[in-house]
Amino acid sequence: MTPQSSFMVLAPIEPSREAELRALLDSMNEAPGRVDPNNSLIPFAQFDRLHFSRLVILDDQTTGDVRVYDMEPQSYPLYLAFLGDIDGDAQSFLEELAYRAGDGLRALFSCCEDFEPATDLVKWMRKCETPPIANYVNWQGRTVLRAQEEAKLYDAVQGYLECNAAVLADLPAREVHRRLHRFVQTEKAAGRLTLLREEETPFDWSVRNVLHLVGMPLIFLLALPLLIVLAPFYLFRLRRLEMTDPELCARVGQAHSDGLAAAEDHLVTNQFTAMGSLKPGLVRLLTTIGILSTVNWGARHLFTRGRLARIRTIHFARWVFLDRRQRMVFFSNYDGTVESYMDDFINKTGFGLNTVFSNGIGYPRTNWLALDGCQDERKYKDFLRRHTLPSQIWYKAYPGLTAIDMERNSRIRQGLESASLSEEAAREWIALL
Amino acid sequence: MKHSEVDYGDVQGLVRFGYGKMVEASYALLRVRNPAAARAWLRAASVSSGVAMDPPPTTALQIAFTAYGLAQIGVPESVIAGFSPEFLTGMTEESRTRRLGDVDRNAPSQWSWGCGDTVPHLLVMFFAEPGGLTGFIQSCTGQAWSDAFEEMRWLKTADLDGVEPFGFTDGISQPQIDWDRQRDPTKPQIDYSNIVALGEFLLGYPNEYNKYTDRPLLEPDVTSADLLPAEDAPDKKDLARNGTYLVLRDLAQDVRGFWQFVRQATPDDAAAGEKLAAAMVGRTRAGDPLVPIQEEPIPGIGSKPDEARQNRFTYDSDPTGSACPFGAHVRRSNPRNPDFPGRPASLLKRLITMLGFGPKAFRDDLMSPVRFHRILRRGREYGPELLPEHALEPAPPNEPARGLHFICLNANISRQFEFLQNAWIVNTKFSGMTGESDPLLGTRTEVPACPVTADFNLPRDGRVRTRVSGLPQFVTVRGGAYFFLPSLRALRYFAAERS
Repeated sequence: MTPQSSFMVLAPIEPSREAELRALLDSMNEAPGRVDPNNSLIPFAQFDRLHFSRLVILDDQTTGDVRVYDMEPQSYPLYLAFLGDIDGDAQSFLEELAYRAGDGLRALFSCCEDFEPATDLVKWMRKCETPPIANYVNWQGRTVLRAQEEAKLYDAVQGYLECNAAVLADLPAREVHRRLHRFVQTEKAAGRLTLLREEETPFDWSVRNVLHLVGMPLIFLLALPLLIVLAPFYLFRLRRLEMTDPELCARVGQAHSDGLAAAEDHLVTNQFTAMGSLKPGLVRLLTTIGILSTVNWGARHLFTRGRLARIRTIHFARWVFLDRRQRMVFFSNYDGTVESYMDDFINKTGFGLNTVFSNGIGYPRTNWLALDGCQDERKYKDFLRRHTLPSQIWYKAYPGLTAIDMERNSRIRQGLESASLSEEAAREWIALL
Repeated sequence: MKHSEVDYGDVQGLVRFGYGKMVEASYALLRVRNPAAARAWLRAASVSSGVAMDPPPTTALQIAFTAYGLAQIGVPESVIAGFSPEFLTGMTEESRTRRLGDVDRNAPSQWSWGCGDTVPHLLVMFFAEPGGLTGFIQSCTGQAWSDAFEEMRWLKTADLDGVEPFGFTDGISQPQIDWDRQRDPTKPQIDYSNIVALGEFLLGYPNEYNKYTDRPLLEPDVTSADLLPAEDAPDKKDLARNGTYLVLRDLAQDVRGFWQFVRQATPDDAAAGEKLAAAMVGRTRAGDPLVPIQEEPIPGIGSKPDEARQNRFTYDSDPTGSACPFGAHVRRSNPRNPDFPGRPASLLKRLITMLGFGPKAFRDDLMSPVRFHRILRRGREYGPELLPEHALEPAPPNEPARGLHFICLNANISRQFEFLQNAWIVNTKFSGMTGESDPLLGTRTEVPACPVTADFNLPRDGRVRTRVSGLPQFVTVRGGAYFFLPSLRALRYFAAERS
């Protein structure tokens, strides 16, 4: 299995060159919200390990929210974030990027602080890398190549069914499967279809994965006595905070809303970037770290096959701390509209939303961390929209495929890997076609 | 829960009644000529309320406003700003048209009304029992009317005896409004229920999240004295209480195109054609569902033989879609799914499901629970009847238009009408499928990188699905707008004399 990984290069923008940077970014789009995959600055389509990528100017409009805690807003730098979700390791991908898109990246990064013409691009990107505290991958081990191969397989199977509809119509499921298996073997032999075998899982990744799998619960167990002692104090404090933390759920202005909408709903998949400040104090910080570490552990070891709890529409997602953990950004790539995305979360995984996001300033009031909160749907949607940022550039390697499409394609392929299926398995399999 | 009962006398009747006996109806799309005259006409208008009368009235008058209309008659901007963003920006906002499938042939630029200069200010709906409509309209539209309004367009309706233009019995399934607020919406819904919170259809009451939908709340003063207080903010006046949003879309139906396509797909066999048409709709022409009726009752669905026969079902009995295709129009528009897949009865099972360890088959848990996405349909047909057998003949010159003045009522346009239209009707990826949108309402417009959008799949148990390809677009949007259907008190507030 080839594990997926992610990178995020984060650099403060040279204030005098912001306009230039924005113009450069705009030049990569065919139209607002629609990137040219072969643009001259970063020809995304040339990178066959790249699932999703985006470039965002992290222009957080809500830094003033800390005033509700009688704190003075800080003047954070305006950052450019360049992130991607990839197959294999980040180091070699950044090298490939520098090799194929060096000039374009230099042009973009030269608008950032600390970037000189003589700067070593790869070293600089590594230096600016900002790791996520939690990362989610819809399907561990599904590479871009595999997604594309399986999509081609799906098309080939559909073509075969179309051409042979009359013959296949009344054949039992096992027989249809047998014929399709044979057809695919022939197509593979003729070189018209490729379905590469999974690569070996890198040894060091497996070791780190097992350590992470065991390590986290172990640390938790070791800390448990202490946690039990602290729990009453923690809960007391948390309840106090929950009852007094102010809500900031004003409806966003039309201009903000229009700006976001212009880039949305061009494809079956959309991008999402939300940013805000954490509530002050150790309790909220530790809660965030604890919850997100748990999410990260779950995403890495439990939710590796198409579902994040009940949500089946997220391709990749990550949470990143910024500015000494005072601020946080959440990035995701999801299928459907932002409205259906929010509804999906509220109706299916409201407790998850609450535990994660209620540590952000202004979140609708929660109870016991997991309850209520986003169940106040209107407030939650306004809260979220207020923190949403437009992405200047967003790329998806397989624009027509939803996460569900890819799951179906994988299941079809899986079925075709055996020469014969049981009656029951064949019936289930044929329903995927 | 302690609360006052709904004052039906304050609610416009359309929320409570479909006015089925008043088979004649006509809708006037108006623009305000003179604001003061418009307010004067509104003050004098006798708008029908939701009070049940004995004997029932023979005519009814209903009035709704677009956001532009409210501004035109002089409602202060600060008040209008409290309405929902969808209502304020309107149906033709550019990103919204992408979501609603109002592109290409459906694009607002092609509409006969509702875009740019043809956005109506008011919708005035006239209903009457047979023979009464002309007289009723005349009695309401004298000089005062002409002084007040410019008649932009009259939307005439036809009585097709409960059958929509394609020939299918219509209006069978409606949510049952929980007028008395008996149900606690915060309780997880394990089984499908047809009872829906009052606040989903009427503003000012708790919705399916047990919260009050956002709406304009006014400071009490002389002008707002007559308005009811807000339940959730008793020191404020609730302008929208007992009101709701009304979505109107003019949907032209290509009846000949539909039946000719069906015939062409099943050339030798009229019965197979009938079956295909029923599969596309999800009901037979008589209105019977394609899945078996269940024994257990469903809350909000009556036990009268007709209602039980036509509505006491869910799709639990048809997980493979072989009886009723996943893409059938009625299965898309109301998938009848409760909060969780697999009906987890115990708290433990629910927790397991919530954490993502519930049923894991390919088609499990693909949709949002339907109770958050219900609408109350109040549409009426237009155009002369064309029986399916006659629809196969070529169109005569001057073929009259046929279709539906689709009307639905909902308290949250984006979560109800727009979600349904976008995620369930237009979406080519609905319910794990790819390459098909609603067989009746879909646009067939290519989605980037998804060239196929005109298929219709009929799953079969243990066999390869049957696929019908190349569906033409049968329904074209010809107009539309978002309206606010105010309470009678709010109507008086809007119509009050202003200096």
